[in-house]
Amino acid sequence: MLRFAQLQLRDPHAAEDVVQEAIEAALVNAESFAHRSSLKTWVFAILKNKIVDHIRHRERVVTISSLIEDGGDWDQKLDELFVEGGFWKRESRPATWPDPEASMASTQFWAVFEICLDRLPEQTSRVFMMREFLGFESDEICDTLGLSTSNCHVILHRARMRLRQCLETGWGRLGE
Amino acid sequence: MIMLNCEQVTVLCSEELDRRLPVTDRVALRLHMMMCKGCSNYRAQLGVIRAAMRHYAEGGASTIEDEDGTRP
Repeated sequence: MLRFAQLQLRDPHAAEDVVQEAIEAALVNAESFAHRSSLKTWVFAILKNKIVDHIRHRERVVTISSLIEDGGDWDQKLDELFVEGGFWKRESRPATWPDPEASMASTQFWAVFEICLDRLPEQTSRVFMMREFLGFESDEICDTLGLSTSNCHVILHRARMRLRQCLETGWGRLGE
Repeated sequence: MIMLNCEQVTVLCSEELDRRLPVTDRVALRLHMMMCKGCSNYRAQLGVIRAAMRHYAEGGASTIEDEDGTRP
């Protein structure tokens, strides 16, 4: 749980706080646990809500300039992937990954996945995690962080591209 | 119909996960996918990442745990 909170909040103290709050809330509301889901899923749902609350109340610490700095090496990265006309270079053309169901059952996949998530630049990661981990709509992310819609989309695009690149290197090509 | 290059397609593959694309973009995307294995793989990979994040957010990393069948 700490690890989840830490990944999202990038602040060890805040992470400990929300985990503690989530555990307390789970204990207080133990009677409402309906066994429709596993205990683990239920507790994590509470944790997620606590993290969302925390983000909503936190001041807008993300500035647009820090997000743009996150993409400092971006143009260079794109040059590495694409030829002049914007088509894949042969060596960077995305591979066919192994079966997703099987992957998600393998601990190796999750080890690589966590490493790749950790490697995202901090602010990029924050936006990506709000979208994919906490389930915010992208409009809501823009509003909360004070970003323009196009900035939001660019940041999410960069996050996904970095993540898939990392996964492909660390795991996706293993089966070839 | 505008022909897209792969770089532009990767942008749309991300955007379609966050908003409904205009029909022209969707058609252009489909056309490109028919011709380009690399981009088809790219799109599938983003799908895997989304599914993995969902699984991860439910605390299900390393074990398949979906007994209530409520994955959105």
